Amino acid sequence: MTSTTEQFADVAATTLLRFATAGSVDDGKSTLVGRLLHDSKSVLTDQLEAVEAASLKRGQEAPDLALLTDGLRAEREQGITIDVAYRYFATPRRRFILADTPGHVQYTRNMVTGASTAELAVVLVDARNGVVEQTRRHAAVAALLRVPHVVLAVNKMDLVDYAEPVFAAIAEEFTQYASELGVPEITAIPISALAGDNVVEPSSNMDWYGGPTVLEHLETVPVSHDLTACHARFPVQYVIRPQTAEHPDYRGYAGQIAAGAFRVGEQITVLPSGRTSTITGIDALGESVDIAWAPQSVTIRLADDIDISRGDLLAPSGDAPATSQDVEATVCHVADRPLAVGQRVLLKHTTRTVKAIVKEIPSRLTLDDLSQHPEPGQLVANDIGRVKVRTAEPLALDAYKDSRRTGSFLLIDPADGTTLAAGMAGESFAGAKAAAVAETTEDEGWDF
Amino acid sequence: MTTTVAHVHEETDSPFALSHLDSLESEAVHIFREVAGEFERPVILFSGGKDSIVMLHLALKAFAPAPVPFTLLHVDTGHNFPEVLDYRDRVVAQHGLRLHVASVQEYIDAGKLRERPDGTRNPLQTVPLTEAIQQHRFDAVFGGGRRDEEKARAKERVFSLRDEFSQWDPRRQRPELWQLYNGRHAPGEHVRVFPLSNWTELDVWQYIQREKIELPEIYFAHEREVFARSGMWLTAGEWGGPKESETVETRLIRYRTVGDMSCTGAVDSDATTLDAVIAEIAASRLTERGATRADDKMSEAAMEDRKREGYF
Repeated sequence: MTSTTEQFADVAATTLLRFATAGSVDDGKSTLVGRLLHDSKSVLTDQLEAVEAASLKRGQEAPDLALLTDGLRAEREQGITIDVAYRYFATPRRRFILADTPGHVQYTRNMVTGASTAELAVVLVDARNGVVEQTRRHAAVAALLRVPHVVLAVNKMDLVDYAEPVFAAIAEEFTQYASELGVPEITAIPISALAGDNVVEPSSNMDWYGGPTVLEHLETVPVSHDLTACHARFPVQYVIRPQTAEHPDYRGYAGQIAAGAFRVGEQITVLPSGRTSTITGIDALGESVDIAWAPQSVTIRLADDIDISRGDLLAPSGDAPATSQDVEATVCHVADRPLAVGQRVLLKHTTRTVKAIVKEIPSRLTLDDLSQHPEPGQLVANDIGRVKVRTAEPLALDAYKDSRRTGSFLLIDPADGTTLAAGMAGESFAGAKAAAVAETTEDEGWDF
Repeated sequence: MTTTVAHVHEETDSPFALSHLDSLESEAVHIFREVAGEFERPVILFSGGKDSIVMLHLALKAFAPAPVPFTLLHVDTGHNFPEVLDYRDRVVAQHGLRLHVASVQEYIDAGKLRERPDGTRNPLQTVPLTEAIQQHRFDAVFGGGRRDEEKARAKERVFSLRDEFSQWDPRRQRPELWQLYNGRHAPGEHVRVFPLSNWTELDVWQYIQREKIELPEIYFAHEREVFARSGMWLTAGEWGGPKESETVETRLIRYRTVGDMSCTGAVDSDATTLDAVIAEIAASRLTERGATRADDKMSEAAMEDRKREGYF
């Protein structure tokens, strides 16, 4: 009893890692996910029994671990994954939230969705096929969404006799491609999800590999860094004014710090109004603190009684973003209806939603080879493209490369509220490959 | 290894690392504040079960020192545990909250709902819930649902759009990107909001422990007259148990989930403290629903079907 409770004391202090997987059913993604859950003892008896029963009913002999993750009737009947599913598991070292995304081409939007909140992405390839078009597409999505860590899991090593040269060639090709796209950190791991090599347990079949297993890497990859170096950003969500006998003059600005850190005593600027004040207090959900950082939800109090409401942004006075009504961005189109030049939309950025109009769609991008198609006129589901949008009111928008939270936005159909597109302000890719692409198309207004 | 980019990971994260509970708490508070900022008439579904208790605790923190800007709604099946109803009423009084009750019993008495042959009333909650939402014109309804509970829930969004019939269509869900929740909806439609989407059962218990949140007594081990049905210990009571073939015995048990008496099973336990409960859960090899909920065992897609009809 004590030992479990002691282990708890440890678990209670663990960090949280959000990660996403990409790869098709054929690459063994569901098996990898099933294996991670199973071998980390996150699958409980009744779930396993349900999977066994369902597998038997389908005439499968062994329990199909993919059934752990395919939740909807249509998926189970067709043996496919149609949507992002979230999985939860924990080890004594860390808690994990996995966005399990389908890898088929028509589901680009799902991978974009999963990658948008991920700090790490696992890209699966089949050791027999190596880097294929779909692999490049997954690498491109991870690069586009600026996922800080990418893991290349070279699967089915058992089918290539656990041969190091096969792994090394694939790892080299992928690493070069992803680096050119600007992916900051790539770790390649040779695995067999089916046999369990290097997923949770180190493989005895691959003595030549000296690195971590997939789970070890997930447990140790840094989830936080020095936030004092980031541009601090605080979108105001809600103004708290109790106006009670106990708190007659309390006025606090509630929100979640989107980037960086804020300190008591700091001078801040309110955007878009440009007014300034000083932070006199930070309430971190019940305790007063001198400093708070992303992604903490806090309430900030200021020295001056100025007009601030939901949708405003607080930033350090020396480091405030410019405001603009012209947004240039890369978008992933996520709706079944198209997005066309001239369309009136709503743009939701942090806590602010404004009217906007699509002025131009300079180009559409093919993720397989990063080729561009100028002036497509419209974007359809799963397209990635560049757009220029004019907004009715100024926005304090950062470049997505500087801040995933204050550089991202949604385009929404005002008629029924459908989410049309996911936008990332500024340049698409960080890497040299993208820069080379930009040189050839400068006159089309690309700023890749 | 020339092909792998080598990285030495620090065993300890930077001073800016948050614990997993702090991360989850911060995310849930952000969700509550988003709804307060964007909706006219939000309501929290409050049953007096542990998930709704944690939800309310987070809402209180999100708006302190001001009061919670939401009302509460309880769909009362008529088969609730008295301890839980007492707890509910105490909490409502303590925080000066406003509680609406939608009663399944009243629907049955009025002939608008029919008792099921198996006696379970959980599936009967959907109609009173939907009608209460329509009647009070609630536009955002907070539920304590967690994505780790069940396979269909794993596909649920934090903001889940429902039509005027409260129906959930898993193929027509809006993609949810970054932390940008899109709550726009047509008149008559509403949004179900799940602030605990990313929490697990263990997270909820650890949070209860950390925040020293009081719970109804039935979550801790106590002696109770129970009988066995479908492999679970059910409470003897006027709701329809035990039948003639079933024997009542007194056992030391506790509840892992608290729903309806007719479908919530207890587990054998001697855990009388939070520490002991948490240790038991950590060692358990069964999910909470698998161990204790008859309503999910009906079919492989039971939850999916109920969600489509408007269940949370």
